[in-house]
Amino acid sequence: MTTTLAPALAPVRPTTIGVANLIRSEWTKLRSLRSTYWTAVAAVIAAIGITTIGAIEYVQHFSPDQLEGFDAANFSVQGLYLSQIALGALGVMTITGEYATGMIRTTLTAVPQRRVLIAIKGLVYLIAIFVLSEVMSFASFGVGQAILHRKHAGVSLSDPNVLRVVFGVGLYLTGVGLLAFGLGALVRRTAGALAAFFGVLFLPSALIDLLPSSWHQVALKFAPVNAGTQIANTHRVDHMLGPWQGLGIFTLYGVVIVLGALFVVGRRDA
Amino acid sequence: MIEVQSLSKHYGATKAVDDLTFSVRPGTVTGFLGPNGSGKSTTMRMILGLDRPTSGSTSVNGRAYGQIRRPLFEVGALLDAKAMHGGRSGYNHLLCVAQSNGIARRRVTEVLELVGLGSVGRKRARTFSLGMGQRLGIAAALLGDPEVLLFDEPVNGLDPEGILWIRTLLRNLAREGRTVFVSSHLMSEMALTADHLVVIGRGRLIADTTTADLISSSSQGYVLVRTPDADGLARVLRAAGATVGVTDDAVRVTGASCAAVGDLAAEHHVVLHELSPHAASLEEAFMELTRDSVDFGADFGTAMADAAAGVGH
Repeated sequence: MTTTLAPALAPVRPTTIGVANLIRSEWTKLRSLRSTYWTAVAAVIAAIGITTIGAIEYVQHFSPDQLEGFDAANFSVQGLYLSQIALGALGVMTITGEYATGMIRTTLTAVPQRRVLIAIKGLVYLIAIFVLSEVMSFASFGVGQAILHRKHAGVSLSDPNVLRVVFGVGLYLTGVGLLAFGLGALVRRTAGALAAFFGVLFLPSALIDLLPSSWHQVALKFAPVNAGTQIANTHRVDHMLGPWQGLGIFTLYGVVIVLGALFVVGRRDA
Repeated sequence: MIEVQSLSKHYGATKAVDDLTFSVRPGTVTGFLGPNGSGKSTTMRMILGLDRPTSGSTSVNGRAYGQIRRPLFEVGALLDAKAMHGGRSGYNHLLCVAQSNGIARRRVTEVLELVGLGSVGRKRARTFSLGMGQRLGIAAALLGDPEVLLFDEPVNGLDPEGILWIRTLLRNLAREGRTVFVSSHLMSEMALTADHLVVIGRGRLIADTTTADLISSSSQGYVLVRTPDADGLARVLRAAGATVGVTDDAVRVTGASCAAVGDLAAEHHVVLHELSPHAASLEEAFMELTRDSVDFGADFGTAMADAAAGVGH
């Protein structure tokens, strides 16, 4: 153990430069932690499990008059609303985990361009959860429809708007990830960032009653989750934003938070 | 080459680093010495672009750290054994760091072997001992074969074998012509490892000199003489301008070399039974240096206790 290092230090020369290297590095970080797999497994179990239980329940107590106003597409992706918690926690910890462990100092010593680093880290995470979310969404839809079809209550992807619902839920979850990652980068501490994440997702609808009643409609429309989840309704809901408009507003919240995080990250001490 | 120019870092009213100017040259080990909380880590973090200076600047090879395109090829740093995610294996920790600068996988295996972690590279870093963590941090610093290396308290918490390993490593890196800057609050360790010393206390520069000069300039060094005629010798030495303390048959002389004392004794026909030089330890030199300039309080006492408990010399 006391051998010297000198003779073995072979010369190392730069190979390729820039973004591709950062993507490779961040992907290694994401895939080399067990917590990534645990949260992914939790998200999948939530997505498929909740949908399955809900669909079985529905089919067992089925009567044909329930079909009036029943949104079968939306019904079979409902499990993903629980998945968003796991995916969001992953997004928060992707960045707060570096600060909590001290890894960030090693990272920033290797990559002093902090804004580029945060942007690439976010991008790698978002691509990963986008793929996972779409797989979960289509799988959940498939399982749900297989059960609903027993009572002929199902729909197919070729029906109007159904593909938009199923694909759109995957996009919504990616938007949730954007929000979570942005809050993680802004707050830097796991507990605080998780609290902020849950706050942004769930507090607005709880606080709406405190607002003057004339504001209720606007607040309901623009509350993040309300705006984002319109994409999951087969038919447009009255007094709510349209599916793409809503998803756009929801994504905008995430973009603003990420931009805020990018703005401050260069000014703070690591 | 590391250059620090009029560097200051204030946290509110506290001046963690106060107008520090020094440079670290290639080819030698430069020790960065000071008690706990004297601003060593803060200074190193500013050199590495992690913290923003309140004023002043730092550069590595003539450039601000943030201007270096791929830092791992120019600068390697060990900040502390904890600057890694415990859930990741040693191999994957090094791999993600290497990939960010475009360093090939085989280099990861290579540095793992270099630091003696080849057999445990697949274990999660959380399970590593402190010494293994330090080795993994050093492996990361060596990934890009950099010219400039910074180590913050690398021997902290290591066993004697680990300390010897790091000391040998640092000296070899310097011998290869690299710039090696290593902080420590263990003065005895620095005495063995560093050729040059930058000493700070309370964020201010106290000394920037060679280790040998720092020790020899200390008035704590003395010449011990044993003679049956202590009073006679003392009189002669005092007449020659030396400071003399007499106890029984021993005379303690400061301000005169062994040779000068021997010559004087011969000239005046004083019989000597012993004539021996006593160099000050780095601790003593450091104590003397900092005694008047700053009051270190309890922190410094701890540092001294640590130093006493460290490797002897």
